[in-house]
Amino acid sequence: MTVAGTGPMLEVSDLHVQIASQRGLVRAVDGVSFEVARGDALGIVGESGSGKSMTLRAILGVLPPEARITSGQVKLDGQDLVPLRQSDLNRIRGPRMSMIFQEPMSALNPVMRVGPQIAEGPLVHQGIGRAKAAERALDLMRRVGIPDPERRYRAYPHEFSGGMRQRVMIAIALACEPEIILCDEPTTALDVTIQDQILRLLAGLCRETGVSLVFVTHDLPVVAQVCQQVAVMYGGQLVESGPVREVLHDPRHPYTLGLVRSAPDFDNVRDSLVPIPGSPPSLVSPPEGCRFHPRCKFAEEDCLVTDPPLKLLPGGRATACLHHERCIEALEAERAAP
Amino acid sequence: MSFVGRRLLQLVPVAVGVTIVVFFMIHLIPGDPALTILGIHATPKSIAILRHEWGLNRPLISQYWLFLDRLLHGNLGQSLIYGVSASSLIMQRLPATLWLIVYAALIAIVISVPLAMIAATKKDGVRDQVVRAVPLLGLGMPTFWVGFLLLTLFGVNLGWFPVGGYGTGFLGHLHYMFLPALTVAIALAPVVIRSLRASMLSVLGADYITTARSKGVPGLRLFVRHVLRNAVIPAITVLGINIGFLIGGTVIIENVFSIPGIGQLMINSIFQRDFPVVQGVTLVFAVLVVLVNLLADMTYASLDPRVSFDR
Amino acid sequence: MIDPVVGGQFLAPGGGPVVVLDRPPPDQSTPRRRTWYRQPALVAGLTITIIILGMAVFAPLITHYNPIAQNLNATLQGPSAKHWLGTDELGRDIWTRLLYGGRVDLRVGFIAVLFPFCLGTVLGSLAGYFGGWTELVIMRMVDVVVAFPFYVLLIALVFVLGPGERSIYIAITIVGWVSYARLVRAEILVAKRQEYVLAAQAGGLSNLRIMGRHLLPNVISQSIIYAMSDIVQDILAIVTLGYFGLGIPPPTAEWGSMINEGQNFLSTHWELTTIPGIAVVIVGLGLSLIGDGLADLLRPGQS
Repeated sequence: MTVAGTGPMLEVSDLHVQIASQRGLVRAVDGVSFEVARGDALGIVGESGSGKSMTLRAILGVLPPEARITSGQVKLDGQDLVPLRQSDLNRIRGPRMSMIFQEPMSALNPVMRVGPQIAEGPLVHQGIGRAKAAERALDLMRRVGIPDPERRYRAYPHEFSGGMRQRVMIAIALACEPEIILCDEPTTALDVTIQDQILRLLAGLCRETGVSLVFVTHDLPVVAQVCQQVAVMYGGQLVESGPVREVLHDPRHPYTLGLVRSAPDFDNVRDSLVPIPGSPPSLVSPPEGCRFHPRCKFAEEDCLVTDPPLKLLPGGRATACLHHERCIEALEAERAAP
Repeated sequence: MSFVGRRLLQLVPVAVGVTIVVFFMIHLIPGDPALTILGIHATPKSIAILRHEWGLNRPLISQYWLFLDRLLHGNLGQSLIYGVSASSLIMQRLPATLWLIVYAALIAIVISVPLAMIAATKKDGVRDQVVRAVPLLGLGMPTFWVGFLLLTLFGVNLGWFPVGGYGTGFLGHLHYMFLPALTVAIALAPVVIRSLRASMLSVLGADYITTARSKGVPGLRLFVRHVLRNAVIPAITVLGINIGFLIGGTVIIENVFSIPGIGQLMINSIFQRDFPVVQGVTLVFAVLVVLVNLLADMTYASLDPRVSFDR
Repeated sequence: MIDPVVGGQFLAPGGGPVVVLDRPPPDQSTPRRRTWYRQPALVAGLTITIIILGMAVFAPLITHYNPIAQNLNATLQGPSAKHWLGTDELGRDIWTRLLYGGRVDLRVGFIAVLFPFCLGTVLGSLAGYFGGWTELVIMRMVDVVVAFPFYVLLIALVFVLGPGERSIYIAITIVGWVSYARLVRAEILVAKRQEYVLAAQAGGLSNLRIMGRHLLPNVISQSIIYAMSDIVQDILAIVTLGYFGLGIPPPTAEWGSMINEGQNFLSTHWELTTIPGIAVVIVGLGLSLIGDGLADLLRPGQS
């Protein structure tokens, strides 16, 4: 048992999640490992189907019934969560770890008033009475910036706008003062201006309370805005990780390079956005060797054979590309050109 | 305008339509209506009286107005057999039918909810398959046959329940009406179970359940406050739609179990060619259905906050 | 949803370009024809139903007895080599009456579903497609019919129209068209917003053609599925009417009247009432399985 207070907040080791489907066994998460330091915000980036949402759900233990963790460890402050039963996990969910979802309309119980939904966590976990829980909920509503909380307490979710509902979700996630919050694309479903507000709110909360974040998104600029570390996922695997600025500025994996190139970037206006050709790999029967090789411009013989392991690079970085120097070359060439 | 007010207003054309249908029932029979109505009681004198009373010589429209007018004064006609007003006959027998309806609905809910729960929480498991298969049998069972079998088995052979009648007093009613109510409930249950199971499945898969789980809400509270609370809403709609069937089933069941309700009154009146009573009972049935549907709608609206009461 | 950052087009899941639709185009022919024989419910239902239909159709070949011929010397006999299921109170062979009764009930049941199906589908299409006053009037009519409990109106109509097959068809049509109308209208309300309809309208096709050739084939699957359970309801109604003496009049063999006649001999010969009932249940099972199987087939993944 590690001494509390030291070591990473969250440590995921070689996590495998499989989903039973009509087409066969889907390897949604295939050997993913990462760490989140205390008070840090880690962004997980990838396209739809890369396994990032499944990773989050596996961490919290709220996988859909067809999915299960087949191997790996998820250590929250040293304690492995994978072997725990649902009843034990319920004690962790809320007070120690919580989650924010993508679609606030469907993520809130439509027949329950908003206030009690926020108060439910403290009510269940902290053993306080309903009145005190309600007070706490009002407090939280003010904290996340919901105007006129006394009146809104008794409102239903459908009476709120998208941005407000997301604030409610954040309030719910904060309610029991968890140590880490998992965010599953919380701003994807919102308008751009609202997105910005929510992101600032999250980043601010992270700073003030020292809560750790795991922030899943497909949106690179968002990661840059909120997180200190980033991990890139492709085809159910982690392909690159490291400090945000460095990874985005100097990617060391062709996929990350492709992502960066295809993202609109108003600082360095390029002539054209370059999409990544091809389509995502089948998770039922992924390609041999490196999963990205069918779409990779730098692919060589060994890429078709070996499934590259995650290799550590200096500066707290890691990459799963056998020929990651090619990225450096490509970037230099690009920047040298007028 | 309030919800109830608006709904009542929507009912006016339906009410008018219902009275038209009931009115026309008599006139669909080929031949002289007066002769048909009076049947074996017909004498030239009585025919003439009836003709005058019901205005059968006048054009159809004014006959209808007459009919409507008497209706609005609560006059449903006179029973040819018993000589008393049809409405008094109906009022006398209404309680038994109402008992049957409510009792049957309650039993249906008590049967259906746990079964749907079992099926939904262990989807595609053995229990689920069984819960889904059994109603398939039930759907094909004639209600009167089921009632008949239950009556024979539990009433005649085992003697646990009386074989007919309404009983006296609250407990008496509970005892006497159990088998008939159970029969109707069995007829209703397959549909309710299927729809409850479907709505529970869709609720269980919903995002807000995942949210509740991620809050660490424990099992029982999760089920009652989150799953059930949402799952009953569509189920009430289904129950409401099938209420028509439930109410109609009383006609058959009252006959099998000799219950002195309006269903039995209807069948008897049909065989006795007591037209005014047949008309009256049909009308009352329609009113019952409409009222129960209104009740179901109101319950639905009160349970689902997305449906606003006053718009 | 189109993925904004990485250009959507190429990185969509499944590989194809992302097209945003409200609802998938109804005419997806992929699962429909290929795997019908893999649906256990459908296969089981078809097997049961075909066997029963076969028995009913070939009844004269299966049994040589006359269903209404009385033999007062051989009344109420139990099962034997001569009479497989025994005889009833008038000496008629029960097995024969069962088969011939099946002929009547099944025939009337299957025919009886056609008229409400057609009438309801037509009216529902008109209501859904044209909206406005048409829809208002038709749906009010639906409300009026629905206000009456099914059996109440059915019995009242059969009473008014007199006993016999024709009355049954008329009564069932008057009562039964509403479900189809509602179903079809709901489907058309959704379908008429689809792009292929707008394209047809823009191409100047007449409303009738659009409704008949474009909309209807897509919305009819729901009606057909419902028709399966409706046949069961109709057969139940016919049997119930027969039980009350309001349906097909005796001495024609019919399951409902057989049950009625058997009532008096319950204590001694319970098979007289039980066997026809079981026959109804089996028919109901077969047809319901077909309905369920079809529903699963036409909506893969949803049960």
